[in-house]
Amino acid sequence: MRAVRLALRTLAREWRSGELGVLLLALAVAVGALTGVGFLVGRIGAAVALQAVSVLGADIRLSSPQPLGAEYLDAAAHRGLRSSSTTTLLSVVFNGEASQLTDIEAVTAGYPLRGRVLVADAPFAPGVPVQGIPAPGEVWPASKLLAAVGGTVGGQLSIGAASFRVAHVLISRPDQGGTFAELSPSLIMNAVDLPATRLIQPGSRVTYAALFAGDRTRIDSFEGWLRAHKRAGERLRDISDATPQVRNAVDRAGRFLSLASLVSVLLCAIAVAMAARRYVHRHLDTVALLKTLGATRGFTLAVALLQLLALALLAALLGSALGFVAQEWLLRTIRGLLATPELPPVTATPIAVGFLTALAVLTGFALPALTQLGRVPAVRVLRRDVGPPPLRTLLAFGPAIAVVLLLIWWMVPERRLFLWVSAGLAAFVAVLAIAGAVLVAVAGRLRGRVGVAWRYGVANLARRRAESLVQLVAFGTGIMVLLLLGIIRADLNSDWRRTLPPDLPNYFFINIPPDQRAGFIAYLHGLGARTTRVLPMIRGRLIAINGVSVEATQRGREERGGFATREQNLTWTAELGADNRIVAGRWWTPADSGKPLVSLASEFQESLGLQLGDRLTFDIAGESVEATVASVRKVKWDSFQPNFFIVFAPGVLEGAAGTYLTSAYFSAGTARSLAPLARRFPSVSIFDIDELLAEVRGVLDKAALAVQSVFMFTLLAGFTVLLAAVQSSRDERRYESAMLRTLGASRGTVAQGVLAEFATLGALAGLLAAAGAAVGAFYLTREWLELRYAFELWPWLAGICGGALLVAAGGWLATRSVVRQPPLTTLRA
Amino acid sequence: MNVTTRPSTATQAVRDSVLKAENLCKQVSSPEGLLTIVADVSLEIARGESVAVAGPSGAGKSTLLALLAGLDVPSAGRVLLDGTDLTGLDEDGRARLRAQRVGFVFQSFHLIPALTALENVMLPLELAGNAEARRAAAETLERVGLRERTAHYPRQLSGGEQQRVAIARAFVTQPAVLFADEPTGNLDSATGARVGELLFELNGNARTTLVLVTHDRELAARCVRTLRMEAGRLA
Ligand SMILES: Nc1ncnc2c1ncn2[C@@H]1O[C@H](COP(=O)(O)OP(=O)(O)O)[C@@H](O)[C@H]1O
Ligand SMILES: [Mg+2]
Repeated sequence: MRAVRLALRTLAREWRSGELGVLLLALAVAVGALTGVGFLVGRIGAAVALQAVSVLGADIRLSSPQPLGAEYLDAAAHRGLRSSSTTTLLSVVFNGEASQLTDIEAVTAGYPLRGRVLVADAPFAPGVPVQGIPAPGEVWPASKLLAAVGGTVGGQLSIGAASFRVAHVLISRPDQGGTFAELSPSLIMNAVDLPATRLIQPGSRVTYAALFAGDRTRIDSFEGWLRAHKRAGERLRDISDATPQVRNAVDRAGRFLSLASLVSVLLCAIAVAMAARRYVHRHLDTVALLKTLGATRGFTLAVALLQLLALALLAALLGSALGFVAQEWLLRTIRGLLATPELPPVTATPIAVGFLTALAVLTGFALPALTQLGRVPAVRVLRRDVGPPPLRTLLAFGPAIAVVLLLIWWMVPERRLFLWVSAGLAAFVAVLAIAGAVLVAVAGRLRGRVGVAWRYGVANLARRRAESLVQLVAFGTGIMVLLLLGIIRADLNSDWRRTLPPDLPNYFFINIPPDQRAGFIAYLHGLGARTTRVLPMIRGRLIAINGVSVEATQRGREERGGFATREQNLTWTAELGADNRIVAGRWWTPADSGKPLVSLASEFQESLGLQLGDRLTFDIAGESVEATVASVRKVKWDSFQPNFFIVFAPGVLEGAAGTYLTSAYFSAGTARSLAPLARRFPSVSIFDIDELLAEVRGVLDKAALAVQSVFMFTLLAGFTVLLAAVQSSRDERRYESAMLRTLGASRGTVAQGVLAEFATLGALAGLLAAAGAAVGAFYLTREWLELRYAFELWPWLAGICGGALLVAAGGWLATRSVVRQPPLTTLRA
Repeated sequence: MNVTTRPSTATQAVRDSVLKAENLCKQVSSPEGLLTIVADVSLEIARGESVAVAGPSGAGKSTLLALLAGLDVPSAGRVLLDGTDLTGLDEDGRARLRAQRVGFVFQSFHLIPALTALENVMLPLELAGNAEARRAAAETLERVGLRERTAHYPRQLSGGEQQRVAIARAFVTQPAVLFADEPTGNLDSATGARVGELLFELNGNARTTLVLVTHDRELAARCVRTLRMEAGRLA
């Protein structure tokens, strides 16, 4: 209690001496970096989950070929969940004589429960979100449908026995399904109109679905109830069925960002250690005095610990606020990347994490030095040179290393990755420290050739060698991370400009009948479109690998719902596209024509664990076709050209019934001319990827910006190190400056010396950083982004000049008062 | 000068000793081997007595003071402070004893810069668990003539004022023994004289035993006894 009172009473005054401020800043930045990323990843993860369920149009979806009992909807309503139902069937829609096979979806109020419906007033026009569902007597046909039958908005369409007014053109609905193939254009109507159409007759193929949505816990419990009560033949789908890959990607990106924020945390930890050392140093006298006045060892330690605890709390609050603001800003910049318009709320977890981080950093980096305070002998009040016994090495570095390892473990719990990251970090610091030591030594050698101010500045670097090294490593790391991101961002941008030229295909055409193929392509050319390759598309199912039934094998079961049992699109071609690269085996020659050979995309080959030479058996329209794996291809899917997982050699599948697909580029003005095309080739499905492309182009820039701003924390962290370092040498500097000026040096000379010291330090750090960034960029661009690395000069210039300027400016600002002070006040004290 | 009290305190010394050292030795290891700083010092100081310790710089005066106050442990010999054998106590035990029985004044004041004058004076009382700390501290500050300065921080005070705060802090616990190591060494002579005056005035009122290391002849002359120290021995 007495300790608390003294701790709090002195805290306010201690604040003025500065190092508590640095400590607080460093801790807050560390917490901010960590929580900022935590908030960000948490919310993006939640947003992605929302996006994923929008594919279902609901949180859970129950579907059946038989009408669903009303008890499900009643149960949902009873539990406070929202619900809606859909009835889906295939039927022909007429406009006078013109007709089109259509996927008709009759919906009830509330549809869709997740995601949104986009409509427009003309076919193929940009869509806008719409509230509600079609009014009774109205329908929303898709662009393709309306164009194919030559209808207009405001006109009539007949479906079965009834006639409807076209109120809007349907541009997209959330549950339209992800696959290109076998899609008939769709139409949404109000469920109350369904009986009037008399479409549902005994034996018609209808899918009935009930959609449910609500808050997480209620949905979870309802889902359990549904599983227990649903009848055979009723199928339940939830978020786990909707794109698990996306979740994986978010997890991985989150981990990457967390590791990146670890750099900031480590830099801040260094600043904390420096500030703590100075704190201890300045308090040796006070603690010796307290002991002389009768304070016990425990009491003196308690005072210091309490002050740090108060600081940790404050830092956690400040840091979390900082992190929150940063992530809020980040989210706003990247909002376009998320499909959901509203952002999920923040959770409190990152704040708790922030406080624990602050405590951990203090424990590892400040506590060991603090224990020194408990060990100051009281005699120090009479003999200033008596200090505490030096810390044992284990105690000095052990906790710090343990805390760092703990933080890494917390971020990457897989053992292999943990070992890699830890070893990498250790090696990195070691290399940087050695290179730094060499640089400092070289700079020391050169100092004879420069003026007195520079000589004094550079001599200072060499004299405070240990501190200079720590600062070099800290600034070097900070600058390096920033340069690295800059390089990679520039690389990516120029690469994407190369692979995403403005005339990239923006429309896909699927289901082109073989007999219309030539006419269709000619028609496209007539519209001024640029077409890409035309590939056949044949439906088939993989049924056996090396003679063993896929259903029977273990990997077949694991991959349920995945590649193996799904119906596949197959193609055959003689030529390997420029966007395909053979990574194993060889592509076929004309001599291979007619041989049963198949080439697989690496994703397909890896997920089924297939080898070159494996024999795959496909069921194609009821016939078995066996082929041997001849090659594995790496496919650049973002070329937006037709590409297939499974490609046969020519001369094998020619007999099979199939259609063709191609993609084409339409310039902005010509898209509307697709309406007559749809009428002329009614069976061809049209996919507009213009919007998707625009999004993809924006994604990279925004993502890079987001990542880069996370790294701004690194810069901030580097700055706290600078502050801490300047502060820890401040008393010494004050004395030196006074001495120099007493010896006749002008204030300008002393100031120049200080500037020279920091500029040299910054330039050296920049040099190290540029070297590190070049190595990092080389590795990352080649291994991770699979691009060619081009040497660039600007990171070196930016690193060295920027480092010198930044550090000199920071150092100058921080030491200005020291230099300004008249010598007498210092020497007399 | 308080001439009348001198004989009476001298006679009491025999009956009631508050500080007793027996064959005190302090050795430290140095690059040149074992260094003896205090060699076989025995002394006895009576309650209420005032003793000056004089001698050239480096003679071991401060070290002796540290041993007598239990700030440091002797290599040999023992110290009895107000009846308690210091050698039988650990560091925290000695600290607790100091909190109750010992006051200190130093050459360089040693006020805590983060605390006000009043809070500095309150500190030893609070450490000893005294609930009346604030009132007692304010009273003592008033007695050293700093009533107007209670809310000031050390660096807002002159050297003499700081030392008066330090004296208030030393006396506020009404210690059995007050140790002062060159209390006027950092002050100009006029200020020093006034600080010395105050020291003896408070000492006279409180019947505190005063052990004073000083180069200041005048200050030494006001003590009942003067011990001369040279090369670690009492002359
Ligand atoms: N712990 C120690 N280690 C080495 N030398 C010491 C130590 N303590 C005191 N000394 C030396 O012992 C001598 C006496 O010191 P001190 O007691 O401070 O003398 P005084 O106060 O009389 O000037 C000095 O020379 C001092 O350097
Ligand atoms: Mg001395």
